[in-house]
Amino acid sequence: MKKFERLQGLVAPLDRANVDTDLIIPKQFLKSIKRTGFGPNLFDELRYLDEGYPGQDASQRPLNPEFVLNRPRYQGAEVLLARRNFGCGSSREHAPWALDDFGFRAVIAPSFADIFYNNSFKNGILLIPLAEETVERLFQETEANEGYRLDIDLAKQRVITSSGEEIPFDVDPFRKHCLLEGLDDIGLTLEQGGAIAEFESRHRAAQPWLFRDV
Amino acid sequence: MAGQTLYDKLWTQHLVTSRDDGSALIYIDRHLLHEVTSPQAFEGLRLAGRKPWRRDANLATPDHNVPTTLKERSAGNAGILDDVSRIQVETLDSNCESFDIEEFRINDERQGIVHVVGPEQGATLPGMTVVCGDSHTATHGAFAALSHGIGTSEVEHVLATQCLIAQKMKNMQVRVEGELGLGVTAKDIVLAVIGRIGTAGGTGYAIEFAGSAIRDLSMEGRMTICNMAIEAGARVGLVAVDDNTIEYLRGRPYAPSDAQWPAAVEAWRELVSDADAPFDKVVELDAADIEPQVTWGTSPEMVVNVSANVPDPAAAEDETVGRGMTRALEYMGLEAGQKITDITLDKIFIGSCTNSRIEDLREAAKVARGRKVADGIQLAMVVPGSGLVKRLAEAEGLDKIFIEAGFEWREPGCSMCLAMNADKLGAGERCASTSNRNFEGRQGYGGRTHLVSPAMAAAAAIEGHFVDVRDYDYAPSDALSA
Repeated sequence: MKKFERLQGLVAPLDRANVDTDLIIPKQFLKSIKRTGFGPNLFDELRYLDEGYPGQDASQRPLNPEFVLNRPRYQGAEVLLARRNFGCGSSREHAPWALDDFGFRAVIAPSFADIFYNNSFKNGILLIPLAEETVERLFQETEANEGYRLDIDLAKQRVITSSGEEIPFDVDPFRKHCLLEGLDDIGLTLEQGGAIAEFESRHRAAQPWLFRDV
Repeated sequence: MAGQTLYDKLWTQHLVTSRDDGSALIYIDRHLLHEVTSPQAFEGLRLAGRKPWRRDANLATPDHNVPTTLKERSAGNAGILDDVSRIQVETLDSNCESFDIEEFRINDERQGIVHVVGPEQGATLPGMTVVCGDSHTATHGAFAALSHGIGTSEVEHVLATQCLIAQKMKNMQVRVEGELGLGVTAKDIVLAVIGRIGTAGGTGYAIEFAGSAIRDLSMEGRMTICNMAIEAGARVGLVAVDDNTIEYLRGRPYAPSDAQWPAAVEAWRELVSDADAPFDKVVELDAADIEPQVTWGTSPEMVVNVSANVPDPAAAEDETVGRGMTRALEYMGLEAGQKITDITLDKIFIGSCTNSRIEDLREAAKVARGRKVADGIQLAMVVPGSGLVKRLAEAEGLDKIFIEAGFEWREPGCSMCLAMNADKLGAGERCASTSNRNFEGRQGYGGRTHLVSPAMAAAAAIEGHFVDVRDYDYAPSDALSA
């Protein structure tokens, strides 16, 4: 997995609550059997004026000039600023794959949906929940200042603004550890293979009907 | 010591190791797979030279991309006209073959929507942990199984290790007491719950649905409710074991053998929350107050009683909510204050992992029997949840009732719930749908979705607009023997 240590990134604001994973990446792009290539279709229905389908040349499609990520000042953004309950809906990991492929490394919002939260960390994307008032203030600062960047220090769990203000954030210690080290968690779990096998044999003895060999 | 909730018990029974930092390794008993969220996981296994930890824990079926029209379906995978969709289904077939995982293929009669298939086969059992790369895995919680959706990286993790890295959730109890009115269903209960707590109300919680109205529901009704726990933000929905649970499972292909049955039942009887178990949050609803529900917006929490009007964004609790409502009204082509029963429809979809089981089809058929789909409806389709549901419905003559009324009777799959196959809404088309999500574009680019119960969807098909099914003259209580 990609490491995340520190990021000084351009911020793009997406001013909309309950952004669901259908909006992040529409279902027609879920037919791919790959993990990559979803970036051109991130927020497809918001970003383009036509209907998207897999295999299209995105550079030939009409862009929606109103959509925030199409504005020149937000090109190259790596931090997405969003509203409450970001990533709700389906479990599609294509959503963080699309964010990652587009270039986002971190998302800041008042709250995130549970499955999306897990999926993002598995792909090296840091999700930062901050208080609603703080997010509101960051929205105002981002919109008021072209080229607005935030400095995100995962080790210290701080978002640092250009004025030097340090905003602390929560992240669970295991996920933080995996992100800082870029760890493959399947490998980590398999190190406990003995404990798993031991649990499994106890479990099988207690509830043999759960193990129907097919 | 305070008692344990059902969720606490299931968690403890599956805990392999726990770390000081609060994360834990939990053991997974059943892993369901479909074609959309598994190919990258199998590829990951292959690249790392890993094998599934326990092949018999896995069960696969294609459902999202499969065509529902008989002509295409008869041709098997070759009938999937979209190349990208066909490759995805073929990839599932070849992955299951090379990793020796049991799969119900496209034209196996046991094929269907994965969340209909698991319980139908008895592959979902009380006391299990059940995961699938699909958020509607919450469905299986109706059996007191700890069940939730996972992402593709987690699918790979479960395949390789039989475990999941997890954190314990908080406990919420949603208690629905009293009797539901005639024509009011499980779907209306869960939509009313989502309307009450919002789409993020359950984030971080496992929700246990309890109370006399839940106990009075059939297993299928309970599945409908748990299915949509995720629409309230909760990955997990649960219902305690009772006689209904046990009777439902008896004799199903993957259920315990006769020799194991008494011990299994004895263990299952323990799968209830202790009377003194503490919940972090309790939400109470009176079943008698619940009316048939209709969503008006682009989030399942944007829901009202069928007798109500489309709400006004000016009355929203805060600015962010108000802006969301305004945007939703614009997308949906509705005006604040408009009567719900004045909304006319273009298409009707009866199906999905929420409402495609035999009881759902019976409810819809009661309304459709002897009537005709309104002229203004371009397409009314009924998509059974599995090949076995389809066969049973046909044995009961439901297919004929639907066809005579002007509905299309289709082959099983996810279909227009998320429109990954050819079944979709066109831009601006409005649909009464028994599915679970009314997100923008969910049923097709620019499509407009209203979530309702099967009976409400059928009545909307007949009238061409929403009606209160409680005022509707149909055979509410008896079966369709005639």
